[in-house]
Amino acid sequence: MNYLEINNVSKTYGTKKVLHDISIKVPQQSIYGLLGPNGAGKTTLIRILNQITMPDSGQILLDGKPLCPNDIANIGYLPEERGLYKKMKVGEQAIYLAQLKGMDRKEADRRLRHWFMKFEIASWWDKKVEELSKGMQQKVQFIVTVIHEPKLLIFDEPFSGFDPINVNLLKKEILELRDKGATILFSTHNMASVEELCDNIMLINKGEKILEGSVYDIKQQFKNHSYDVVYRPFDGSGETHLTVNSENPNELIREIIEKGELVSFNEILPSINDIFINLVSKSNK
Amino acid sequence: MKIGIIIEREYLTRVKKRSFLLITFLAPLFFAALMFLPAILMLNSEKFDEKKNIAVLDESTLFVGKFKDTDVNTFIYIENDLADAKNLVREGVYDGVLYIPGTSLNLPVNAEIYSMKQIPMTLSDYINTTMKTVIEHQKLLASGIDPDIVKAANTSIYVQSIRMSEDENVEKKSYGEFEFLLGLVLAMVIYFVIFIFGSQVMRGVIEEKTNRIIEVIISSVKPFELMMGKIIGIAFVGLTQFLLWGVLTLGIYGIVSSFLPVQDVFSTGTAMTEQITEVSANTDNQEVLTKAFDIIHSINFKTVLWCFLFYFIGGYFLYSAMFAAVGSAVDNETDTQQFVTPISLLLVIPMICSTILANAPDSSIAVWLSMIPFTSPVAMMLRIPFGVPIWQVVTSVALLFVTFIIFTWLASKIYRTGILMYGKKVSWKEIFKWIKY
Repeated sequence: MNYLEINNVSKTYGTKKVLHDISIKVPQQSIYGLLGPNGAGKTTLIRILNQITMPDSGQILLDGKPLCPNDIANIGYLPEERGLYKKMKVGEQAIYLAQLKGMDRKEADRRLRHWFMKFEIASWWDKKVEELSKGMQQKVQFIVTVIHEPKLLIFDEPFSGFDPINVNLLKKEILELRDKGATILFSTHNMASVEELCDNIMLINKGEKILEGSVYDIKQQFKNHSYDVVYRPFDGSGETHLTVNSENPNELIREIIEKGELVSFNEILPSINDIFINLVSKSNK
Repeated sequence: MKIGIIIEREYLTRVKKRSFLLITFLAPLFFAALMFLPAILMLNSEKFDEKKNIAVLDESTLFVGKFKDTDVNTFIYIENDLADAKNLVREGVYDGVLYIPGTSLNLPVNAEIYSMKQIPMTLSDYINTTMKTVIEHQKLLASGIDPDIVKAANTSIYVQSIRMSEDENVEKKSYGEFEFLLGLVLAMVIYFVIFIFGSQVMRGVIEEKTNRIIEVIISSVKPFELMMGKIIGIAFVGLTQFLLWGVLTLGIYGIVSSFLPVQDVFSTGTAMTEQITEVSANTDNQEVLTKAFDIIHSINFKTVLWCFLFYFIGGYFLYSAMFAAVGSAVDNETDTQQFVTPISLLLVIPMICSTILANAPDSSIAVWLSMIPFTSPVAMMLRIPFGVPIWQVVTSVALLFVTFIIFTWLASKIYRTGILMYGKKVSWKEIFKWIKY
């Protein structure tokens, strides 16, 4: 069951084609990575999902129904360029933003206090935003994004500006949100986190989709049959490392066990990072 | 309603600001001071004047006994020569010596005052007028004219202008100066409100853009709702401020007048006006009062008040929509100049023309300025106290509100695109392109 479906969406600004016939399907309760170099059209696509911008053509289905203004309450959006009112108190501001998402004031207050406890930031409630460090502000922003328990969460570069400890905290939270039923769209340049978190990814460049699929399938698709081999030769010369290309791993293993004792044998799969660089530079040619 | 939440935030954050509280509570003190200071000063004026002993050395002998002692000034007639008199001033026996050289009536009369310290203005004025009266009197006598006849012939003329209407029974006295003053005050209020609160709207938009909260918000509400919420919220801030100013000024006025011997202050004031009126024109108090009543009745305050409200709201909304659009197009306040200048020019035009408008409230330029929506809030306020045909008011208000709707719509289109544009020097051409998006 797909929670979000984007069908043939195109968008043009003046003469510049920003998105060209983009279609994706995001299964319910999965994390979907939206990858692409700067200026590929990711932000435009995300803004279309948030109904900030309207597409020129194409259709968006949320839970099987066309996207409508009331869906604002079903979407949580953490933009890449994010900020808060500097002079406003943290708690007051969080309540305001939750109310704009359609939450009742009391309910917002209750849930926010719970989240603030969870993130160990309860003491900041009455502080002004300008007194907080950038990382602290990011925590508040994350909470505000998820406070109305939306079914679709859109994170644009969520980890920028966080220290490693908080990145881990955030990853844990994102996975927990998915396990609780949220569908997550995730745009980032951080390829390590893509491999770690995403179930499916799409790669776009210059407004065109150039790759789509599950992380596992894509890695399989781009593997070049190279293997990392460690063995201990019988002549006693010590452990030897080899990187070998072979179409036939059985044959390779047979060859090695004749020469010595096999310690480890691993297939080398390309990283998403390599695939990304490879494909983008190819499509730019 | 989400726009209600936005209005609430825009309103509360501004009203709770220290600068708002300071201005709101200090300004009435200032207003009250303006109201009381002249009266208090008048009451205590003697205390500020030092007592002066003036020696009079009158070689012309025309003024003997003419200078009368007052509470502050004492005149002593002496017959020493000037050098002696000056020495006496140096020694501190006299504060000054008034030297009037010998002369004859047909020659110009000149006098000199020698003193160590500057002679107060009131004293030299007194000497001046006294001498003038004496000489005039003498000259009249010399020509064989009875000064009393001249006094009786002295007349003051007042031309009462009365405006007629189709209805024979309706005739209105009009008092140009008062109407001009009322119009000017109301026009100034509208002018400043538009500027002060319009630029607050602009700064608010820029703030949201520079601290990058804008994208979070417009993923929850429509840009139009955010823009209107801000404009309406700030309108309420303005209304609150004016209301508090009014209430507090009256409050302070009440409190101060119960502590101070204001009765004295104002009775002194009235006494003085009475003296003046008695001297200048031969009218009695009754007539002065009727005139004041006439002035007040000659103006249709209900119409003035309603028009003020309409133009206040219409003008503020029209201009603040434009200010919001400007705010959305730039990255920081320093870039706003190229857009704000033409907008403020539109607003300044009727202020520049205010004297023309007051001199000829029904001239074609006045009618045009009060029809064009950008100038009408200020221009019409200048004309309204003089009485404006109802069809003109209705047309002008209608035009203003139609333009305000169109401009809010245009501004929201610019705003929608502008708030997401960063790091781009925006030109007018660019802005017009955004309207088409």
